[in-house]
Amino acid sequence: MDLQAVNNTLPEGFRSAFNYDETSEEYYLNMGPQHPSTHGVLRLVLKLNGESVIEVVPHLGYIHRGLEKVAENQTYLQNIHLTDRLDYLSSHINNLGYCLAIEQALGIGVPLRGEYIRVMICELQRIQSHLLWWGVCGMDLGAVTTFLYGFKERELITDIFEELCGARLTMNYFRPGGSFVDVPDTFIPRVRQVIEELKRALDEYNTLLTENIIFQERTRAIGILDSAKALSYGCTGSVLRASGVSYDVRKNDPYSIYDQFDFDVPIGTVGGSFDRYRLKMEEMVESIKILEQAVQSFPQGPHRSKERASYKLPKGSYYSQVETARGLLGTYIVAEGGPKPYRIKYRSPCFSNLHALNDMAVGHKIADVVTILATLDFVVPEIDR
Amino acid sequence: MNPLQTNTLYPVQNSIGDMVREIFPASAVYINGFITIISLLMLVSLLPVFLIWLERKVAAHFQARLGPMRVGYHGLLQSTADGLKLIFKEILKPEGADTFVFFLAPILPATATFLVMTILPFDHHMQVADPAGGVIYVIGISGLSILGILLAGWASNNKYSLLGAMRSGAQMISFEISLALIMLLIVMVTGTASLREIVLSQQGTILDWWIFKLPVLGSIAFIMYMISSTAELNRAPFDISEAESELTGGFATEYSGISFAMFFFAEFVNMFVSAGIATTLFFGGFLAPQIGIGFLDSVLDFLPGFFWFFLKTFLIIFLYMWFRWTFPRLRVDQLMYLEWKMLLPANILLLMVGGVFLALGWIL
Repeated sequence: MDLQAVNNTLPEGFRSAFNYDETSEEYYLNMGPQHPSTHGVLRLVLKLNGESVIEVVPHLGYIHRGLEKVAENQTYLQNIHLTDRLDYLSSHINNLGYCLAIEQALGIGVPLRGEYIRVMICELQRIQSHLLWWGVCGMDLGAVTTFLYGFKERELITDIFEELCGARLTMNYFRPGGSFVDVPDTFIPRVRQVIEELKRALDEYNTLLTENIIFQERTRAIGILDSAKALSYGCTGSVLRASGVSYDVRKNDPYSIYDQFDFDVPIGTVGGSFDRYRLKMEEMVESIKILEQAVQSFPQGPHRSKERASYKLPKGSYYSQVETARGLLGTYIVAEGGPKPYRIKYRSPCFSNLHALNDMAVGHKIADVVTILATLDFVVPEIDR
Repeated sequence: MNPLQTNTLYPVQNSIGDMVREIFPASAVYINGFITIISLLMLVSLLPVFLIWLERKVAAHFQARLGPMRVGYHGLLQSTADGLKLIFKEILKPEGADTFVFFLAPILPATATFLVMTILPFDHHMQVADPAGGVIYVIGISGLSILGILLAGWASNNKYSLLGAMRSGAQMISFEISLALIMLLIVMVTGTASLREIVLSQQGTILDWWIFKLPVLGSIAFIMYMISSTAELNRAPFDISEAESELTGGFATEYSGISFAMFFFAEFVNMFVSAGIATTLFFGGFLAPQIGIGFLDSVLDFLPGFFWFFLKTFLIIFLYMWFRWTFPRLRVDQLMYLEWKMLLPANILLLMVGGVFLALGWIL
């Protein structure tokens, strides 16, 4: 066998050497960028022995749009809508993270009603994102019905957003100092309705999927990530919390008025797929708790502090971090005093979580790679930016 | 003299058969044979069209939506339209595929299902043939469809297809053992392997059906039959050979047009056959569900046998669809574990206990 020729045709990026032994049953399988369960354009190259995974190499760049570079040529306000396109399932929270950095730089305060709106919208967004994830997670495991059930309740929240800012996915709603428009009168009644609906729906979801024995067998002890590894890879969000580390930006580094609300941070024990799944389900319950408190004490008053003619950040660097539906989103702005940023860097949770994929998947079956991908909950545009 | 008594092979002992025998006494055997084959072909080609529509409707209503509504009344003609589209589509063959095997593969499952259909007792005198070893024939012929799927995966020159084919090969061969053992239980208690006689052994009220006639064992055997036949049919939660979220399309990834439709059609007819055999073995086949009240029983008996056969079969098909749209999918190794370490020992135990019941006469 011509080893040189074989080596040239092997896929790149693998740390384990190719087994030239003729009895070896190793082969490579290309999963993605067009694959039903990589959700978007994530490409994985799997090295397999029969059905068992030996190594996974993710390939990025299929949806790279240069958002960080584009941001350098736009004014600070124009950049808000670009943050929608990072993790499109938590666009409100992305907006908030960016606005927080600007508020920090310019010392802009937010009126109490504005803060309440922010917290409520962010929690609604978190639930909305988790509902979609729940549906997709079930579908990846073969239970197609969950997909439509998840969307059914998600629609209620999306309707609220549509009435709020006209958009259903890329919101562009928050501004430095509050939000660009006040909430409509129907907002609070609709949130109440959503809370009621969700409590019923979550019970239904647990009966349909969580308590299903096949589902539990498929997820328990699959893709275990211990806390030391999770920390060293920089995992955040439910991936980190499932490994037993209690870290939630809302609790540990409270922004907006999260410190005024009473909610728990659920943590897992083993760090397997079922833990990650369970955490997300419990996070929805916690978000509902926050919403209930906020609805009770929703104040009157202005929704935004006084608008400025221009937003020019003084020279220096500014950092803010928020907890999106997937983990810690950091926004780092380097300013040189002009109307445009010198450099913007986003620290996206999915990118860090992706690193842990190989460690989790090794030794499992192909079907488990799908399970792990489903519970890691990737949004690919955030990985590539 | 012909050792194969053609008259007994295609008896067609109903009014149509008698009429043909009266008018053309010499060639009645061939005409009757021709008529049965044509009517069976029509059934085989119409069934999947209806079943696909039913599946889509059932799925839709499970998922809080309406499903096909546009083509025909409540979308009844939707699958006809889809089928026509598939027929007119270009048949693609991937580069490097084995042409002969690639095009042979879809024909095998379709053939197998058609052959099994020939011995299903639809009514008292509506059965193409009734071989004495009907149950064994069913087990033997349904093995053909595995061959088709294995060949399809091998010939496609695609890793996903190959993985799907290997999975389904392992799966179907293992679950066939369970299926055969369950059928054997019924054969043991009835003392006959002919499907028609198995049905006739359940005459009487509902309690004389084998699911109730064998106390407790009958229901357990039926549940086991449902599990192993779902696996045998490659349907969710055991659809690991297609597993669209893992293997995109499994063994059918590279198929298009009519060759894909053949697989698809065979799958649905297979579901009907499987449910039909469950009806025959456990639910008294074409017998009316009599409850022991004279007046009601005569009303129920008035309805033709094939009506009851189809009604029972479609109820079981609904069960299959219910499974599919509720459960998540098992993993390959879990599936094998289920069969070899749980179902198979349980089956053998069931067979032994069944023998004890039979010896002690504990049959209702």
